[in-house]
Amino acid sequence: MSEHDPVRLSERDRPWMMRTYAGHSTAKASNELYRRNLQKGQTGLSVAFDLPTQTGYDPDDELARGEVGKVGVPISHRGDMAALMDGIPLGEMNTSMTINATAAWLLALYIVAAEDQGVQESQLQGTTQNDIIKEFLARGTYAFPPGPSMRLIADMIAYTVEHVPRWNPINICSYHLQEAGATPVQEIAYSMSNAIAVLDAASERVGARGQEVLEQVFGRISFFVNAGVRFVEEHAKLRAMSILWEELGRERYGVTDQRHLRFRYGVQVNSLGLTEAQPENNVQRIVLEALAVTLGRDARARAIQLPAWNEALGLPRPWDQQWSLRIQQVLAYETDILEYPDIFEGSKVMDGLVAELLAGARAEMAVVAEHGGAVEAVPYMKAALVDSHRERLRRIESGEQTVVGQNRFAESEDSPLTADAEGGILVVDPRVEAEQIEALASWRAERDQAAVDSALEQLATAAREQQSSVNLMIPTIAAARAGATTGEWARTLREVFGSYRAPTGVGEATAAAPDPQLSELRQEVARLQQTLGRRPKILVGKPGLDGHSNGAEQIAVRARDSGMDVVYEGIRLTPAQIASSALQEGVHVIGLSILSGSHRELIPAVMDALHAAGVHAPVVVGGIIPEQDVDGLRQAGVAAVYTPKDFDITQIMRDIVELVGSTANGAAANGSSAGSSAGSAVNGSA
Amino acid sequence: MSADGAALAARLRQGDLSAAPAVLNLLESTTAADRRQSAALMRELSPAALGGEAPGHVIGVTGPPGAGKSTLLSALLAGWRTRGQSVAMLAVDPSSRRSGGSLLGDRARIDFDPADEGVLIRSTAAGERLGGLAWATRSAAQALSTAFDVVVIETVGVGQAETEVADVADTVAVVVQPGGGDVLQFLKSGIMEIPDVLVVTKADLGQIATRTRRDLSASLRSLGSSEVPVLAVSSLAPTSGVVELLDALHAHRQRLDVAERRLRSRRASALNDFAVEHGEHGLRALGGRSAAAALLAQQEPGLEPAALVAVLEQRLT
Repeated sequence: MSEHDPVRLSERDRPWMMRTYAGHSTAKASNELYRRNLQKGQTGLSVAFDLPTQTGYDPDDELARGEVGKVGVPISHRGDMAALMDGIPLGEMNTSMTINATAAWLLALYIVAAEDQGVQESQLQGTTQNDIIKEFLARGTYAFPPGPSMRLIADMIAYTVEHVPRWNPINICSYHLQEAGATPVQEIAYSMSNAIAVLDAASERVGARGQEVLEQVFGRISFFVNAGVRFVEEHAKLRAMSILWEELGRERYGVTDQRHLRFRYGVQVNSLGLTEAQPENNVQRIVLEALAVTLGRDARARAIQLPAWNEALGLPRPWDQQWSLRIQQVLAYETDILEYPDIFEGSKVMDGLVAELLAGARAEMAVVAEHGGAVEAVPYMKAALVDSHRERLRRIESGEQTVVGQNRFAESEDSPLTADAEGGILVVDPRVEAEQIEALASWRAERDQAAVDSALEQLATAAREQQSSVNLMIPTIAAARAGATTGEWARTLREVFGSYRAPTGVGEATAAAPDPQLSELRQEVARLQQTLGRRPKILVGKPGLDGHSNGAEQIAVRARDSGMDVVYEGIRLTPAQIASSALQEGVHVIGLSILSGSHRELIPAVMDALHAAGVHAPVVVGGIIPEQDVDGLRQAGVAAVYTPKDFDITQIMRDIVELVGSTANGAAANGSSAGSSAGSAVNGSA
Repeated sequence: MSADGAALAARLRQGDLSAAPAVLNLLESTTAADRRQSAALMRELSPAALGGEAPGHVIGVTGPPGAGKSTLLSALLAGWRTRGQSVAMLAVDPSSRRSGGSLLGDRARIDFDPADEGVLIRSTAAGERLGGLAWATRSAAQALSTAFDVVVIETVGVGQAETEVADVADTVAVVVQPGGGDVLQFLKSGIMEIPDVLVVTKADLGQIATRTRRDLSASLRSLGSSEVPVLAVSSLAPTSGVVELLDALHAHRQRLDVAERRLRSRRASALNDFAVEHGEHGLRALGGRSAAAALLAQQEPGLEPAALVAVLEQRLT
């Protein structure tokens, strides 16, 4: 092997960092899981927090009901963080935290946990996701309005650059944009526009400290991307992003140091394309998607975490996650991909794809800039994503886009993978929530309350300063040290900053293209309107803290396109809010969407609230609902349950129209007023 | 089976706010049986039946999209509740009816406690008629003002929408965002009638909000309407100007001859409804619009619009 061998590297590349997005139930249980994963050859940690922690509520908050410990670990205070990291040397570990609205708080807890281990903050390595714009666009775990949110991010960047220099304070996420339906061009354009908004805010914050600091800031910003199964184009997308990033650094921010200009990204491959039908096929999808981010050396990921094969069914078990880790290890240690220079260099096809994506992305970035930048363009981008997602679903429904095992080759033998009692997924012990609430009460009882009160008061004072003369990280770390809780920190800031609801994007969604099936349905709706006296009215609601609203948005838009009046209120609704809306709006049917696994608690709670409010409109539920939970929901009074395998939304609409019709007829037959009897159950569509 | 209109009316007259959703369901319905019950409901709630005007304050809030109406209404709602007043909000959504359906998202942007029985929010689509205030919305405002202290009708747009709201509201507030030059032009050119209160939102933007407010005041003075208050409000924390706006709305109602304004509004509504139903042809049969108006002016002042329409229709046969 000569030094100039054009075919082989003189030395095999080191593998990327391997992680598993993990955490559930309690800090202690998650700590045990992390230690086992590290023993299995995982090289970094990726912490999944539960939704209350992500949105700034304590386990005893009304909104936290049913969500504690579900999609991640609950971390309420420094004690929880210490337990989570117990026995893991934080001076050596590289920890990625999927945390956004409350990122400043969780980083503060991590810094305090390190102090407890005798590790200085300057030694810490890792990433806080901290990308709030994509929370407004796609993921929904925001807590504060855009302005104060951007201030928190800028403060964190300013703080970490000085005190935690090896920390990536923000991970610009294109990942969730793709999950929300973004095309590759949209994914590139919106994430780059988002990075510009963050960098502009940060450069304002650190500007006085000069160009050198700004270059460091630029160098600390990393990306978190997605990769779908069209892996050749996906690889081109990453090459295009690295070109744009370098260009942005040089031209807009005057960065000259080559190290700072490098496009660094971590990845979690696509979950949107994973199917509930024949879920074993997801394994090959995940492998191919992993190739998109590893195959070409010039745009290879720094860190990878892969979803598990059963994500469309429910929460993955440790064994499912191990399988995904092993995929990474086979790629890195068995195949030869790490032995070569960039294998696409000089490829006409790859260069051509990259050029196309660059042209499209630049044009779309110009549109965002015309709106006044990413923060101002949130409603525009959101509506564009809703439209793209609708187009994607249309292609799958019409068969233009093949999804193996779902809209083609659907016949299947029974799967032994899902044959066990739980259906091949992790079920979180429902006692976890009560235990967390109890543990929180004793934490509050044992701490120095005066110290907490005074720390929170100082936080509020700093937040009220319009001039941002105080970096909010400083009172935040002090509050973490004093023993304040996640909910207390967030409530203090909500009181100053106000709360916020992101645009839903559905109001702006364009009208549907002509579609004979839809026209037929519209006639059906018109006939139903004659019977009811009013246009059929549906409430689409998302109870709980789950912010994954893509499904609910598509249902809302399709219901409108079917001719119904649709009340859609967006995410994070309490059962009481849903019941009050259903009553006041006089809806004929209610559709609820839950993806966080909290349906067992939340759906019965909503049914109770509806009953208490005297609402008798039938309820249908959609989301990631394991087969074995369907009967329980039916018993609670739910008329129909839809899961990811019900991909034909027009069929779902047909069912709903029929349900409203039979409810109205049933009511007429009973001689009671319209909408007062529960509808007969309709079957989930094929 | 239809709901009993007279029974619902009785509940509203007793101040039973929980009757409101059923009242609205009934008023929106187009089946023949429901229309009969609606007519009975409105008859029972007419000034003639009540022995006077319904006590609630009907406020129209209108303005262009993006002016910050929903955020403003959240702040106002909190203010009215603090003052112990019950509030019904009728949000008229402008969304396209191309597919027949509509997306009603407004209530999501208004903050309120779902357990608070003193608040009702109802969204409706703008109706088949472009820019028109649905018949049901006008009737709803009239009906709910017997039980709720404040009834807000929120519409989107400037010009036509504002005129329609003026037909039913005691007080019309037009909401403008800083730099909203359109409203200024509409006022000057007379496209838009002069509202009772003008609100400039997003006062936290500073300079530009102040300038918009000054420009509006100046043009109102030049139009001889210097008594119309122009208020700058910031509805986001820390709020400012909200209390002043609540006071200004209340003050307008205090100054107003409610009976006179509502009588005018009922007669205008009746004429409007008649014209929609029977067209220009129908109006000509009555000897023209002004003859029809003159006929209405001779009727008993306490009649509800539907009864007035019936009077006109009798003349047709």
